[in-house]
Amino acid sequence: MSARVIPIATNTFREAVRDRVLYNLVAFAILMAGAAVLVGQISINMERLVVINLGLAAVSLFGVVIAIFIGIGLVSKEIDKRTLYTVLSRPVRRWEFIVGKFLGLSGTLVVNSLCMAAGVYAALIYVSDHHHLLMTDSYVLVALYFIVLQFVMVTALALLFSSFSSPLLSAVFAFCLFLIGSFSEDLRGFAAMSQGLARWVTTAITYVIPNFSALNVISSVAHGEPVAAKLVVANTAYALFYAGMALCGAVLIFERRNLK
Amino acid sequence: MNALEILALEKVFSVGFWRKQPRRALHPLTLSVQEGEVFGFLGPNGAGKTTTLKMLMGLVYPTGGSAKIFGMEIGDPRVKAQIGFLPEQPYFYDYLTAHELLDYYARLSGFAGAAVSGKERKSRIEAMLARVGLTGAGDVQLRKFSKGMLQRVGIAQAILHDPKFVFLDEPMSGLDPIGRREVRDLIEQLKREGKTVFFSTHILSDAETLCDRVAVINKGELRGVGSVAELTRNVQGKIEVAWHGMSVPAALKTLTQECSCAGDMGRAVVTEPQLDAAVDALRRDNLRLISVTPVRSTLEEYFVQQTKSQTPSQSNSQKGAYA
Amino acid sequence: MKPSRSITWIAACLLAFFLMGSSLLIGRIDGMRARASIEDVLYVRSSSALKRMSLGYTGLMADLYWTRAVQYYGLKHHTEADPHYELLAPLLNLTTDLDPKLRVAYEFGASFLAPKSPEGAGEPDEAVALLEKGIRANPQVWQLYHALGFVHYKERQDYMAAADAFRRGAELPNAHPFLKVLAAKMAQKGGEFETSRMLWTMTFDSSDDKMIKDNAANHLLALQAEQDLNGLAKIIDLYRQQTGRNPQSWREVYSANLLPGIPVDPVGFPYVLAPNGEIYVLHPEKLKFLHKGIPPGYKPSAESEMDARS
Repeated sequence: MSARVIPIATNTFREAVRDRVLYNLVAFAILMAGAAVLVGQISINMERLVVINLGLAAVSLFGVVIAIFIGIGLVSKEIDKRTLYTVLSRPVRRWEFIVGKFLGLSGTLVVNSLCMAAGVYAALIYVSDHHHLLMTDSYVLVALYFIVLQFVMVTALALLFSSFSSPLLSAVFAFCLFLIGSFSEDLRGFAAMSQGLARWVTTAITYVIPNFSALNVISSVAHGEPVAAKLVVANTAYALFYAGMALCGAVLIFERRNLK
Repeated sequence: MNALEILALEKVFSVGFWRKQPRRALHPLTLSVQEGEVFGFLGPNGAGKTTTLKMLMGLVYPTGGSAKIFGMEIGDPRVKAQIGFLPEQPYFYDYLTAHELLDYYARLSGFAGAAVSGKERKSRIEAMLARVGLTGAGDVQLRKFSKGMLQRVGIAQAILHDPKFVFLDEPMSGLDPIGRREVRDLIEQLKREGKTVFFSTHILSDAETLCDRVAVINKGELRGVGSVAELTRNVQGKIEVAWHGMSVPAALKTLTQECSCAGDMGRAVVTEPQLDAAVDALRRDNLRLISVTPVRSTLEEYFVQQTKSQTPSQSNSQKGAYA
Repeated sequence: MKPSRSITWIAACLLAFFLMGSSLLIGRIDGMRARASIEDVLYVRSSSALKRMSLGYTGLMADLYWTRAVQYYGLKHHTEADPHYELLAPLLNLTTDLDPKLRVAYEFGASFLAPKSPEGAGEPDEAVALLEKGIRANPQVWQLYHALGFVHYKERQDYMAAADAFRRGAELPNAHPFLKVLAAKMAQKGGEFETSRMLWTMTFDSSDDKMIKDNAANHLLALQAEQDLNGLAKIIDLYRQQTGRNPQSWREVYSANLLPGIPVDPVGFPYVLAPNGEIYVLHPEKLKFLHKGIPPGYKPSAESEMDARS
């Protein structure tokens, strides 16, 4: 079983890496980090804050865009261009295809994030006093780790949508879910203030939307505050469970699909 | 045991988002292919050939009926290890080289891990590339391949794992005559190796030369199955009589309208029962008989005849005649 | 050939399992994040910056901050024994800067910024400033004048300012009739029970927010109980004058024709008559704003305090 999942994953990784779109976006994100340095210099004593806030926001946003477009592109393109036919006519199960694609994409995004993180840290060193990083700057790694967890969830969602929907719609859905999910804590607050049936329905919905707000610790990390270890563990488990859920959905749908 | 056994396989697509309209792509199809045969699946565009193939490959789920390959249900992973598939107008991962592509497919077919070492896999791929005439193109990215080269890579991936049964969907499409010749040779080679080949096409001359048997399909319905000879046999028993002479005997003219003279040869087409009378007519006029030959229609004529609109009941009776 | 049944079952079961797991984890994570998410919000304290960041969706942003304010208050109120609501004023100020017409935010400030801990933040001046801001933005809303007068009266004991607020509100065409009466009463500083009852009744009537209404209702219950206790104390006095001793039970008082029956407190429990003539409430934790008639030795435990508050 894994003998087939792994080649699919490595192939996906290779495809993503050789896709020029990826490079453009990564370059852009690194440019953002540079821009952050400039902007920081305008507001005195705020450079570090701006670099971390802007840098991590750029990594997060661009990463999500990359995750969505490459994730959707890869599966839809495969179905559209019929490369999938020669794969599935072999002893490859449909679920192996989905899981392999997911692993390949996640791997790509991790590598991607590392590149962009390097850019952020470079900018941070540049604006720090005597070019030394502080102890609290290690918390930025936690924020980055959470961002990677976000990517993993978004990738799973992108795969879920592209297993049944057109590329454009899938991209739109995935992006909308990302925006809504960033406010999921507040949505639960809204739901708690309503009554009766509306309350049940809205609360149920807020539990199904991805909880991206908990994975966004950029502002607290920018202020040098640590993140509780308990939260790191809980968020990791949550991201894996949520991605698992989305992938199961993708498998269920894709298993049934007639490939025209 | 037949290599391929299709039983009442059918497909109805539901088209449309809100009110699903059914669209029948394939009427119940019953067909069998013997091991070692080269079987042609003929039909105009949109006849249902590709749909049938996709169902056999497990890409599309049939709405009725079943099919078995070497006695195993389609969709069984064990089946997939024994078959190779070349889709219509294939497209492969642009960014990979031919070698990487075949390596990928090899791994997916199980040529990896403990069973097969990297070296073995590599040599097998090299052999395959040589076989399809792509030696030296192994390290070129597929985005740079011509159509003919892509087709050859496609065939390579279909036979890479030495399957017993090869399915090809329009394997000659888009190829120049040399390319077509090469694919034909390859198919013949496969036959000599004892493999079963099932390919769909709308190019009849290829089918005529290559296939042991063919099936003709139109608008999702099977119109006829049999060897080329059977299908082009003269049903109506027409016979062409040729003689040396410059005129047509009057007696012959009364038998048939189809007579003519060209140069010093006369030709007439008569039915079998009329043959004796025709020969007598010629002898009475002292005309020398040159030949008596049964008239064969070409596969093309048969094809065109079958693909003209017909009611289902008519075609069923024809199926009875040939299957 | 059909889609594999075993795959379908496995995937469906896994999906259900993951769904349950992720929902549980969300609950856990929310708990861990509660404080953090609210303090996150206040990293931007400048209203103008916030307005710009809203990209025009100031109403939505205001709703967000309002939700946070309510959650902030609710969380502290229910989980801390000695809550201090330092962030409530900034949260409410940001909310109302984003949406100056959000009436409920001003009323919330009146009910929960002004009173002392654990009921509120103990910042009556902040409440007054907030309400004055609200009145400037919504000069036709009588409820805001009522709220302002209330704060002046109850928390700051500034009767002249209270009277002024009530008077300004009474001048509005659709004002509640009580406003005029209250303006007059403030000037007199008299009739405390009635004044308080009127104020709390108006608060209850004028607001749609559940928390504000509950708060007002509890105050009214305590008021009723206090009135009862005063009245009952007078009756006990009368009994002592008549018989020269303290009554040992309500039955004796009833037999002496001083009471129509056994007196029951506003939450439905009979008042307790102590041998020394003192009257107590049976369940003081159910009448949380009551400061009289608490049984001796009653120590409000932290849990029962919090229970009572919910």
